[in-house]
Amino acid sequence: MKLNERSLAFYATCDSPADNAGFLYKRGERHTAYHRRWFVLKGNMLFYFEERESREPVGVIVLEGCTVELCDSAEEFAFAIRFSGTKSRTYVLAAESQAAMESWVKSLSRASFDYMRLVVRELEKQLEEMRWGLAGGHPGCRHTPGCWKPQPSGPEQLPERLPALPTIPPKENGCAVWNNVPAADQLPDAGGCDGDANPRPLPLLPRRRASSGELGSTGAAAAESSSTFCRLHERYGREVARLRQDWLDRQRDHRP
Amino acid sequence: AVLKKRLVKLVVNFLFYFRTDEAEPIGALLLEHCRITKEEENVFSISFIEEPERKYCFECDSEEQCQEWIEALKRASYEFMRRSLIFYRNEIQKMTGKDPLEQYGISEEARFQLATRKQ
Repeated sequence: MKLNERSLAFYATCDSPADNAGFLYKRGERHTAYHRRWFVLKGNMLFYFEERESREPVGVIVLEGCTVELCDSAEEFAFAIRFSGTKSRTYVLAAESQAAMESWVKSLSRASFDYMRLVVRELEKQLEEMRWGLAGGHPGCRHTPGCWKPQPSGPEQLPERLPALPTIPPKENGCAVWNNVPAADQLPDAGGCDGDANPRPLPLLPRRRASSGELGSTGAAAAESSSTFCRLHERYGREVARLRQDWLDRQRDHRP
Repeated sequence: AVLKKRLVKLVVNFLFYFRTDEAEPIGALLLEHCRITKEEENVFSISFIEEPERKYCFECDSEEQCQEWIEALKRASYEFMRRSLIFYRNEIQKMTGKDPLEQYGISEEARFQLATRKQ
């Protein structure tokens, strides 16, 4: 499967701040030897480089539909990134200290786009309820989303306008899954609203569910993205192996 | 340029494209640091910051569909979501005096701090 690899490499190496970076040991796919690599987490992508100074990553792990868990290994401070689907590779990584391991497990398990989307939706709901005074419950209120104008504060760029809550039903062949929040013109019902306006708990993320088979509340979208990503993994893994071989060959050719 | 009919799926920050009769995608575009531009009627393009002259063009069935896709793709990046999150957090904090991320235990994460984001 083709990927816009240059864009990926650009994203990995451009000067936008990384969400986490450091050395980790990565267990090889076929052999159990661990190789020390420089890892950079940006958004939902975990890139790894041969060395810290390398100009291009040798690989990337797309962190969607995965679980991050500690694992039993002869190696200390080891953890695994697992994907659903039997054909998907499990990545076993090891940190150099307990603190580093904990930091990586935390940041990786919250790195997915799905997670961000959940948090953003929660905040969006909270903000909307506050603005329209629905915390106490006023069934008569109608509200239209998207009528807010974000006030730019400071040099940071903010979205040009807030994501509009959709009036169209979700389409498989079309709109971003991201747009598929429950329609805003439905008032939150009494069951959904905490009368005392306490923030409701973050919905359980799939990884916290007891059964590992179930993908959880994001339903079809999550199932779709994880099955597609399982395949994306495999494909990209093969491509990366080929790229790496090309890179190694080029290195050999350049040796005096 | 030849137009080929493709099934296109936007999944998180990737745009997958398929031959219409196949289950496996032929390819995918990572939608970070990209620009979505309206071209002529029914047509939009995606270009990337490191190669701005190269445009991936898509022709839609209608102007309406074209606009839908443009809007969806503009919001598709992880970076856009991050900015939205920071914006909402800020708004809620201004209104309530409390940081809404505290309850999730993520308020200290560097990726959500206003000051550290350059873009």
